[in-house]
Amino acid sequence: MTNIVQTLNRLKPKTLHFLQIGAFPLTIAVLGLAVVVSITFGAVDIHPATVVDSIFAFDADNTQHLIIQTLRLPRALTAMLTGAALGVAGAIMQGLTRNPLADPGLLGIQAGAVLAVVSGVYLFHIDTLPVYALFAFMGGALTALAVYALGSLGRSGATPFKLSIAGAAITSFLSSLTTAILMFNQRSLEEVRFWLAGSVAGREMSLVLQAAPFLVGGLILALALGRQITTLSLGEDVARGLGQNVGRLKFLAAASIVLLAGSAVALAGPIGFVGLIIPHVVRMFVGVDYRWVLPYSAILGATFLILSDLAGRILVRPLEMPVGIMTAALGGPMFIYLARRKVK
Amino acid sequence: MKATLHIHSITRRSWRVSLKNISRLYLVLGSLLFATFITFVLQLWLGEYPIAPFDVLNTLLSRQVTDKNYHFVVMELRLPRAIVAWMVGMALGASGAIIQGLTRNPLASPDLTGVSAGASAGAVTMFVFFPGAPDVLLPLAAFGGGIFTAWLLYLFAWRNRSTAGSDSPLRLILIGIGLSAVLSAFTSFALTFSEIWNAQRAMIWLTGTVYATGWDDVNALFPWLVVGLPLTLLGARDLNVLNLGDNVAQGLGLPLHTVRAFLLLLAVALAGVTVTVAGIMGFVGLIAPHLARRLVGVMHEKLIPTSALMGGFLLILADLIGRTIRPPTEIPAGIVISIVGVPFFLYLLWKREKA
Repeated sequence: MTNIVQTLNRLKPKTLHFLQIGAFPLTIAVLGLAVVVSITFGAVDIHPATVVDSIFAFDADNTQHLIIQTLRLPRALTAMLTGAALGVAGAIMQGLTRNPLADPGLLGIQAGAVLAVVSGVYLFHIDTLPVYALFAFMGGALTALAVYALGSLGRSGATPFKLSIAGAAITSFLSSLTTAILMFNQRSLEEVRFWLAGSVAGREMSLVLQAAPFLVGGLILALALGRQITTLSLGEDVARGLGQNVGRLKFLAAASIVLLAGSAVALAGPIGFVGLIIPHVVRMFVGVDYRWVLPYSAILGATFLILSDLAGRILVRPLEMPVGIMTAALGGPMFIYLARRKVK
Repeated sequence: MKATLHIHSITRRSWRVSLKNISRLYLVLGSLLFATFITFVLQLWLGEYPIAPFDVLNTLLSRQVTDKNYHFVVMELRLPRAIVAWMVGMALGASGAIIQGLTRNPLASPDLTGVSAGASAGAVTMFVFFPGAPDVLLPLAAFGGGIFTAWLLYLFAWRNRSTAGSDSPLRLILIGIGLSAVLSAFTSFALTFSEIWNAQRAMIWLTGTVYATGWDDVNALFPWLVVGLPLTLLGARDLNVLNLGDNVAQGLGLPLHTVRAFLLLLAVALAGVTVTVAGIMGFVGLIAPHLARRLVGVMHEKLIPTSALMGGFLLILADLIGRTIRPPTEIPAGIVISIVGVPFFLYLLWKREKA
């Protein structure tokens, strides 16, 4: 993998640029295909033409149209939005901390968001998605700060190893607290359980629409930072030397991470490893320029989560597996590979 | 050669010194047993249905008591549960001490290295895909899963070609995190196939608890502990030599591979059997050896038994806290331990960084 990246970096800028632009229609097409397959596949197989019909000529008496509009389409959209958000959040985290092991799940942001939401349900009886999201943002931000502070302890500073381990420890701590709160209060268990497993199933369209502004806002903010993050990924001193306001950039990048990861959690619950895998795969093809890495991370993240969800439905048919389990199964080996090869 | 002899004499001398200090060891072990006994009594006494210590005693001795429910509550619910907690804690404490010694890694423990997750995956596989198999095979399946994980860990964390001398303590834990993720995913995957295992039960497998354990579980643990714990003492002195470094150990004539394999199998067996009864109980195997080291030092023939008793005490205490903090709700012992254990782990990380 390193070799591919090196080869790419040695390519003439023109050739690399051709690849960067040329891959765009291809990846979009694959994403479109994944969405269509995801919508048509299920307990009832639906013809793609019916999917188009249900959108443009909705017929409330048609069962298939109802299935598409209330179940399949929200599900595909949830997977798409969550995947894109997690992919981009992971990419920014990796660029910002120059840590190949960074991921919103691994560094505890998702666990913090979950704990904040569960505490909110338990203490303040919050019950709408925008408020969930607000709590998720706060929890995610606080956890990110805590993990970064813990991971930076000692002389060697915030090494990838220490950050990852602090993240894992904090995740385990916060999840334990979450479980304890859920056990104290059966009511919150009922309300929260539906997304706690990390799944894109059973989200209503209204929820997706409520989460969308946060997600899209986070995505736009992130994509706007692409150029600066490329500079920052060369090192803080270099970025500063090039006249960049590093403090402000870090703040904005952190804000976009929290927006993306927090709203992803509010919508779909904690889903790990997407933000770890996707940026690495993307960098294999488009190099290390974050102006390209970020949009591709969004597209591939969306595709990846839709396909993982699809695999979770096909593998144990007629049962279903939460998509978080699928991503962990695929992400674990990737994590091990990176811990072995990419981290000194 | 001279250096080897010198070190040899050091080990012999420290063995003699340790003999001198043996009364301290007995004091520590005695105190731990006493503390465990107190917790044991509290465990039988307190709960949603408090039973006065005197009545507990009468019930235990099968004497006449006023309330007929006492017998059921004490003999069938609380007593076996307390015994299971003790046994699980002892097994994990001993296993953790061996794993830390074996890997020379103060951050290692059965759960953090992924061995517990592997044992859980093995047991669940047996349970789900071979439902007809007798219960005796369940610990064996857990053992198999644990060994498989240990093998993967060895493969990924040590045989690292890209960086020389790469048995970095942190890398080991990272690989453990990755392995745990995959294995837990597999466990959840397997659990979706079984209908009798509902979400609650699955959570128990993954969080670690001694809730609803009974005499069956005591019986399941018993043979493994009776054989396993004494065997740990057999390996203790070799572990001391191993900690002097591979070259020294080899120079002293220690059959490295045999000793390592023996100790590893033992540690995995002890951790694995606890998983079949109580799920993945985190952090006991991490904390107990550290506390024990503070009390009796680093020689394993003292460390391992102390760590075992410490683990047993910690787990009974955790279960007591989880059971009585807000009845009738029960917080699984694994959750209680994690809430204390994670700050402890971070403290170890911090201390290591400072050194």
